[in-house]
Amino acid sequence: MAHAHDSSSDRPAVLDRVRPAELPRSPLVLNDRGFHWITDKVCGIVEEPTPRWWKITFLVALFVASFTGAGLAYLVSTGTGTWGLRSPVGWGWAIVNFVFWVGIGHAGTLISAILCLLRQKWRTSINRAAEAMTIFAVMCAGIFPLFHVGRVWFAWWLFPLPNQNAIWPQFRSPLEWDVFAVSTYFTVSALFWYMGMIPDLGAIRDRARTWWRKAFYSVLAMGWRGGNRQWSNFEMAYLLLAGLSTPLVLSVHTIVSFDFAVSNVPGWHTTIFPPYFVAGAIFSGFAMVLTLMLPLRAVYRLHDVINQYHIDNMCKIILATGSMVGYAYATEFFIAAYSGNPFEKFAFINRAFGQYAWAYWIMVSCNVITPQLFWFRRVRENHSLVWIICLFVNVGMWFERFVITITSLANDYLPSSWGYYSPTIVDIFTFFGTFGFFSVLFLLFVRFLPLLPMAEVKMVTPHADPHAH
Amino acid sequence: MNERNDRIFGVACTFRRPSDVYRAAEKVRDAGWKRWDVHTPFPIHGLDHAMGLPRSPVPRLTLLGGVTGFITGCLLTWFMNSYDYPLIVGGKPFWSVIYPFPVLYECTILFAAFGTFFGQFIFNRLPRHHHPLFDLPQFARVSDDTFMVVLEARDPQFRLDDARGFLQSLGGQEITVIRD
Repeated sequence: MAHAHDSSSDRPAVLDRVRPAELPRSPLVLNDRGFHWITDKVCGIVEEPTPRWWKITFLVALFVASFTGAGLAYLVSTGTGTWGLRSPVGWGWAIVNFVFWVGIGHAGTLISAILCLLRQKWRTSINRAAEAMTIFAVMCAGIFPLFHVGRVWFAWWLFPLPNQNAIWPQFRSPLEWDVFAVSTYFTVSALFWYMGMIPDLGAIRDRARTWWRKAFYSVLAMGWRGGNRQWSNFEMAYLLLAGLSTPLVLSVHTIVSFDFAVSNVPGWHTTIFPPYFVAGAIFSGFAMVLTLMLPLRAVYRLHDVINQYHIDNMCKIILATGSMVGYAYATEFFIAAYSGNPFEKFAFINRAFGQYAWAYWIMVSCNVITPQLFWFRRVRENHSLVWIICLFVNVGMWFERFVITITSLANDYLPSSWGYYSPTIVDIFTFFGTFGFFSVLFLLFVRFLPLLPMAEVKMVTPHADPHAH
Repeated sequence: MNERNDRIFGVACTFRRPSDVYRAAEKVRDAGWKRWDVHTPFPIHGLDHAMGLPRSPVPRLTLLGGVTGFITGCLLTWFMNSYDYPLIVGGKPFWSVIYPFPVLYECTILFAAFGTFFGQFIFNRLPRHHHPLFDLPQFARVSDDTFMVVLEARDPQFRLDDARGFLQSLGGQEITVIRD
């Protein structure tokens, strides 16, 4: 970056005499930790004998995951009627859970891609775990539309493959756009995550003592040697993948919102949906990142690399996106009132005061009111409180999708067709189990892969500056 | 390793600090070396310039992937919804660039990402698990906290004793001959 300083006569002379003030920056790694400390810390997590807490949590997570297995087995063997879906509500918990989990994923891509393009160096210590969260959340999300098709063995008809009916997918449908958006999102996130991990896998390989460990990490590290000729291509590819993931992540939740917005149902047919969905996705995703990272930080004593500065920043993003979501709720009401459309007006009055008012007010209190506590530094510094607020945000964002999906379908144009939707025990089992499925994957990641991007964390320490002494 | 082959791959030396290896890289570049590399635990800011490296060619494959993806998306949607099994839905045309645009958009990004991902491997000549550098015991520290300059024997100006002396003059430690 060249700073073109014009030394012509119109330049005030005072500029040559004054020095710009040095603004103190919050250190990203506390206690002046060196490169070797970072390697030891991160590789140590993988190299230590499996801790007892891990074994217990893993077993619990497996048990919880079995609920999804049981729910799906019952569904497939009996039929989709075992879910609470019936006229008029044909999109129940399955779609709510799908949007919820896809939304969770968005914070991972925001951290890894958008904050990378914006040169936000604080992203380095949380980005690997957040990307892992993205991938596992999208896997959880995928379960629901996959089984919602009814006969899951025909799910491959969603893809543009020749089938026995000699008919192709219909590309004018937002549901088909969704197939492309979510599968592209999953693939690109996985590529990005894996490529970023290669140098760190090389570091674990180089420290490996046992044969199987050496073999396992050698294969994963692809023979990475850390030559600067390699780094040059690597960094370029990393930047490009960040550049590609940025429009991708914005498009994914936009297209998810098209599933609703392109229809003619009151309360869904609005142009505000894409930005409103994206803001909500980032909001819920950051809440999930904090929900996961705060316990990990405590267990592995990562306080030097994930410090108050990181937590502050994440809380502020939750505050900002939470306020955007609150603003969107208000805008929806205004547009409904201003539209002059009685069905649209009814849809929103019904949301706040109708048969699902309880869900609406849970949503508002969790999403609009709780994050406002992050204005206060004392709240942000109380990590137990931060963790609890993040749980509230997660609950609130699930209810947001519930309110959008269910209220509009249960009470649409014709009062004679109205109904009340409730989930069945199969719905509840299937959803509850996905938390276990997610935890199983995340625990395996924590145990076997580098939790923090070592190379990137080393890069943001003051020791890494080649012009420093 | 010695009984395997006596051919020399190059000479390596290590540095402890990024600033030292950065200055060494500038001197190697100025001495006109072509076949050499600096191995570091993390990318050092500005080292590409200090080594005189050209811009990475990865973006070419990204562009190629993106263009391929867009064309693939167009062909896919046109063939399926307009040529092989024309469908009229919602009064929209059999094919236009507008209605399947989300599909074209995602295909563009997907193929561009493939181009970038595989481009990184192609231009880095990876995977490769048998590089002579892996035989050096000190190379295992390069992914931790050590920086290594390697002058390769393929370089036209490589003479073993001169190369050793040159690395010594740069302040490098643990000067080692790498066997191929």
